[in-house]
Amino acid sequence: MIVDRVTSGMTTFAGFDRPSGPAGVRNYVAVLPLSVAASAVADAIADRAGENVHSTPHQMGTDPPKPAREQIERTLAGIGTNPNVGATLVVELGTESMDSDAVADTIAAADRPVEVINIRECGGTSASVEAGVETAERLWGGIASLKRTEQDASELVFGVECGGSDATSGIASNPVVGAACDRLVEDGGTASFSETPEFIGAEHILADRCQDDDLAERLLERVEFRESAAQLMGVDLRGAQPSPGNQEGGLTTIEEKSLGAIVKGGTTPIRGLVDYAESLPVGEGLVLMDTPGYDIESVVGKVAGGAQVIAFTTGRGSTTGNPIAPVIKVTGNPETAELLSSNMDIDVSTVLDGEPIASVGDRVYDLLLNVASGQRTAAERRRLEEFAINELQPNELAQLTENA
Amino acid sequence: MKGKILGNVGLRMSRADNVVTAINDVDAGTAIEYNGDEIELRESVPFGHKIALAKLRPGDEVLKYGEIIGQATEHIEPGEWVHTHNCKSTRGRGDIEDETEET
Repeated sequence: MIVDRVTSGMTTFAGFDRPSGPAGVRNYVAVLPLSVAASAVADAIADRAGENVHSTPHQMGTDPPKPAREQIERTLAGIGTNPNVGATLVVELGTESMDSDAVADTIAAADRPVEVINIRECGGTSASVEAGVETAERLWGGIASLKRTEQDASELVFGVECGGSDATSGIASNPVVGAACDRLVEDGGTASFSETPEFIGAEHILADRCQDDDLAERLLERVEFRESAAQLMGVDLRGAQPSPGNQEGGLTTIEEKSLGAIVKGGTTPIRGLVDYAESLPVGEGLVLMDTPGYDIESVVGKVAGGAQVIAFTTGRGSTTGNPIAPVIKVTGNPETAELLSSNMDIDVSTVLDGEPIASVGDRVYDLLLNVASGQRTAAERRRLEEFAINELQPNELAQLTENA
Repeated sequence: MKGKILGNVGLRMSRADNVVTAINDVDAGTAIEYNGDEIELRESVPFGHKIALAKLRPGDEVLKYGEIIGQATEHIEPGEWVHTHNCKSTRGRGDIEDETEET
C-alpha cells in the first residue's frame, strides 16, 4: 500500500503487524542453522523453498565454550524474533551443545510459529532438506497473506554501520546518516550503532552524551576492555585499526577513524548500551551495542537485537547485505559512487560540493521510510545476504567466565 | 557541510584544527589561503589525505574535528602531507606499554 506521509501528519511507513513487538518491514521465514554442521542444509532449504525463505548460514562449531554457546543461542533467538521474521525453522545436526529448544522457546514466546528439524533424526542431509523444504513452505503458507498496513515510525529500530571507511566517511556519509538518526529519534524511534573498537579516541565525546553517569562509566569500561585486548597481546592496534585500506583512504590513526565513525549515530543523548545481539529497546532514542569492529558480525548483532533496517556507510566501497534486514548502502566518496553505482543506494558526495548535511540527511530519512515500506535495496536485488556470528576471543571468554 | 573549505583545496572541520583534508587530488605548489597568508603545498596530496596548516614539532598534537587524532613524530612544515609517516596514534598501543614496562 502507499502511505501518504505528508497528509497523515505523523511519520509512518507501511509494515507488517506482528503478534507481539514492533512491525516488520519484511515478511520472511528464517531458516536458522544451530551450528556450522547445519549451515549447508539450511542454505539448501532456503534455496528451494522460495524467495521469502531466507537462511542465516554461519561458522559456529557444535561444541563451543559456555559463554560462546549462550551468545550463539541469543543471536539465533534474536534473529527469530526480529520483526522482519514471521516464522522460523531451526535446523540442527543433533549433536550440538547449543540448545535448539531454548532458541525455539524464546521465539515461540514472542508468538511466532517455530519448528525444529534434526538432521540425525531425519536420516541425513538429503532427507532433512526434503523435510525442511516442506516445513518452510508450510510456515510461509501461514504468513503469506499478511498485508502491509500503516505503522508509526516510532516502531522502527534503525541500525547504522560503517565499513571500508575513508576520509569521506567522517565528512559526508556518517554525518548524513547521523542526521537521519536524529530525525528518527525525533519521531520516537530507536537508532543504534556499535563497533566499540571504533569508539577509541572518541569515547570522551560519547561519555559526555550518555544520559547518566552509570551509563558513561559502563561505556568507558567497554572501550577500555577493547583497547586492553591489544595491550594484552603486546601489539598495537595500528595494523588493524585503521586498516591498510582505511590508511590508503587518508585515515591516519584510530582516533581519527573513531571521531569520524561516531557521528553516524547523530547528535542525540545516548540512552543505553547493550551487549552483542541483546535486545534493543523500541522507542528509546539512541542506544549503543558493544560489538567487535567486523562489519558482518556487527550488522548481525544489531539485526538480532531487533533492527529492521540497516544503513551502511562506506567510503572505499562495500557490497554486503543481510538475509533478514534490508541494508541501505550510503557513500560520500564520488569515485565509489560511480564505480559501485550498482551496489550503492544513495550518493551523498554532494556534501563535498556544499549541500547541507541536514538536507542530505532528509533524503536518507525518506529512503529509510521507503525501504521500510518495501522498496528493495541494491543488496536485496542482488540477494547479497552475508551472515556471521561474532566469535568470542580468548580474553572475552576469560572475562565472561570470571563474571559468571 | 560542516567545516570550511580553504582555497577550494582543503576542508577544515573545526577552527581549532591544524590540518585540513584534501577534497581533491592536489598537486605540489598549490596554494591554500589560511589566516590571510598563503600556504604552498610542499608535495602532492591525494584526495581525503591531510595537509598541515601549521608548523608541528615531534610530540605536538595533531587536531582534526577539533579533537586530538594523534601526535607528530617529525618536524612538519605548513603545506606538508600529514599521515602515518609523520603522525602516530597514542591509543591501543600494547607495544608502547611493553616498552615502558621493560625500561
